[in-house]
Amino acid sequence: MIRLILKRLVLGVLTLWLVATLVFLVSGALPGDAAASLLGQDATPATLAALRAQMGLDQPEFIRYWTWLGGILHGNFGISLANGQPVAQVIATRLPNSLMLAGLSALVAIPVSLVLGIASAMKPNSVFDRLTTLLSIIALSTPSFLIATLFVLVLSVWTGWFPALSSVDRVHSLGGLFQVMTLPVLALSLSVIGQMARMTRAILLQQMNEPYVETAVLKGSSGLRAAVLHALPNVAGPIVNASALSLNALISGVVFVEVIFAYPGLTKLMVDSVSNRDLPLMQACALIFCAGFLILVLIADIIAILTNPKLRTA
Amino acid sequence: MAGSSSSTAETLDPARFRNGTDYSRGFMFYNGLTWLDGNLTPQPELATKWSTTDGSDWTFTLRKGVTFHDGRPFTSADVVFSIKRHNDPQTASRARSYTSSITDVVADGEHAVKITLSEPNYDLPVIFGTFNLLIVPADTTDFDAGIGTGPYKVESFEPGVRSLAKRNDAYWKEGKQFVDTIEFFGLPEESSRLNALRAGEIHLTTGINPRSSRLIKMSKNVELFVTKSGTYSDVIMQKTDPVIGSDDFALGIKYMLQRKTIQSSIYRDFASLGNDQPIAPTMKYYDASIPQRAYDPDKAKFHLKKAGVIGSSVPLVASAGVGNTLDMALIMQQSAKEIGLEIDVKRVPVDGYWSNVWMKVPFGFGTITQRPTADMIFSLCYASDGAYNSSRWKNDKFDQMLKAARVETDEEKRGAIYSDMQQLVRDEAGSGIPVFFSNIDARASSLKGLEPIPTGNMMGYAFAENVWIDQ
Repeated sequence: MIRLILKRLVLGVLTLWLVATLVFLVSGALPGDAAASLLGQDATPATLAALRAQMGLDQPEFIRYWTWLGGILHGNFGISLANGQPVAQVIATRLPNSLMLAGLSALVAIPVSLVLGIASAMKPNSVFDRLTTLLSIIALSTPSFLIATLFVLVLSVWTGWFPALSSVDRVHSLGGLFQVMTLPVLALSLSVIGQMARMTRAILLQQMNEPYVETAVLKGSSGLRAAVLHALPNVAGPIVNASALSLNALISGVVFVEVIFAYPGLTKLMVDSVSNRDLPLMQACALIFCAGFLILVLIADIIAILTNPKLRTA
Repeated sequence: MAGSSSSTAETLDPARFRNGTDYSRGFMFYNGLTWLDGNLTPQPELATKWSTTDGSDWTFTLRKGVTFHDGRPFTSADVVFSIKRHNDPQTASRARSYTSSITDVVADGEHAVKITLSEPNYDLPVIFGTFNLLIVPADTTDFDAGIGTGPYKVESFEPGVRSLAKRNDAYWKEGKQFVDTIEFFGLPEESSRLNALRAGEIHLTTGINPRSSRLIKMSKNVELFVTKSGTYSDVIMQKTDPVIGSDDFALGIKYMLQRKTIQSSIYRDFASLGNDQPIAPTMKYYDASIPQRAYDPDKAKFHLKKAGVIGSSVPLVASAGVGNTLDMALIMQQSAKEIGLEIDVKRVPVDGYWSNVWMKVPFGFGTITQRPTADMIFSLCYASDGAYNSSRWKNDKFDQMLKAARVETDEEKRGAIYSDMQQLVRDEAGSGIPVFFSNIDARASSLKGLEPIPTGNMMGYAFAENVWIDQ
């Protein structure tokens, strides 16, 4: 088990390096650079050249890559080209917000989707099952920005229950936090709930038809007991794995929430960094998203091993 | 208050201000030597008076008793520093094209400066009223503290997130600064801005699409604030291209523009008709006697036939992110089809548009925001060496008239030269200007005090010290 985790960590670092290198190469292929994007319409050759020299963009690509990689190894993410602040500092103000949004959404999404999935799998084709399926598909197939905008329109503009913007900077109490986080968390968790409930149902339903579950039921176990204690442990691995993929969207796929609610998180930062050609910031964001994904998959694997004795010896 | 853009590239360094979000903050924290009123006439601000004998040698007398937010007194050394830094390439100033003719700035005692220009320019006081030339304390290197002489002080500033401004109690101007604090953040989504306004969470927002005007008129407690301006999106036909560059092609396209349709269907009448020259009806020296060019398919066909393009296909580059130019391109495509010209609309993303597409493709679009004077817009966009001469039009007669107007002190003669220049650009330059569009903002009904200033949205972005809230 420890060997597996170590192996994963080494592979993870390798993946991160590959991603960083790819981002570096791809960003070189983008039209224009940070200096041109900062000066925009008003660029003159002299100011462009001066700004490029200030930003170190006049160095050959290979040298810039090397300097950057050396910095990372020393824990230095560099200076944001767009505003001259250290990348680490910019990220530090945004990362907690992103983690809080993702954490709260996961806290809502995981229990709700598991309960919905298990309940529908226990009584397939019942009214409850059909209703859950229908709602899940609606939640899944409606574009998230539309859901978010509708929430704002109904729960904020019309009724005034919740604020239309999530200014987390101004929040000082738990009640205030609930106020500003409800709409973004709802908007974000809906599609994840839809996806995870559908998967849980499908995976569990398959197991429910296995002879051993039938035996458990014949031995007098209740439907709930058969599903949760007998069938669920056998499919925990696949469910957790599939969920990890859905949950990853809570970290990196939330730009619409950040834009609509003016929520200061990481994805908007990354979009900004791309349009400003702010390479150091772009790199750091890409690394964080990639690391987040790797960590989720690692956790999923560990849970899968813990729930499946057959994997423990591997 | 919600601006229409948000980016980590936001700054409090006036030399690098680049959009409405930066400009709005600029007028909270800083002052200029002058400010431009609703008629774009420079009025005393940090300079109390100015004079010149020949347009080249200027003296500006500075206001006494003004202090910066950190308590330092405002003196001529600050003005010398604030102006000179624009000509240092290291500053990467966006105002360089305006200030490059300033050869020297020297202090004349504590409260006056002498400025020397390489060529006469009577518009210098106007230049000092523009966004990038706001005054900072001498020897500033870190601008994030936003130390200026302005009506509000920086309480907090996070680029790409928000800024919080608190009233500067030591402000030199009387009878202004009605609100205590101003929180400003960017919301790139128009629907988010409108929702926040309708939910009562913000008092003022900007960058409203004409399409949303009906919704705002229906909403309670929310009102439009419209500023007529000289901002336009133009069709560019570069003179250097063998096909697009012919005079007949340019004339044909100009006759083919359905200005009235563009005005009413794209801009919902929040626009005034353009006449293929950049001086808008709201601007000084606009000549109303020049006949308005109208949609004329026969003349268009005649000229396009002479240009030899009828029956062929020409590519037109447009981007959905650059004003409403994609809609314009589609309207042009339709009217071209009717006279036998195939316009192949090539869509490109707005990302990288200004550095890689604009001024580089022979047939495309640009957007030029209102400049305060006729001289600025003509020198920038139509002089042979103009930085934004996007249609690469070279005309010696025009260049000579531009120089002559700059040094002409007789208002009437100056106006006559500008009339001739408008006519010349309308008939010969490679740019079609269908409409000038208005700047549209939306405000809570309780927010009062806004007066239109055509240099931009929200009082030319100087709303901060002027607005109040009716309880």
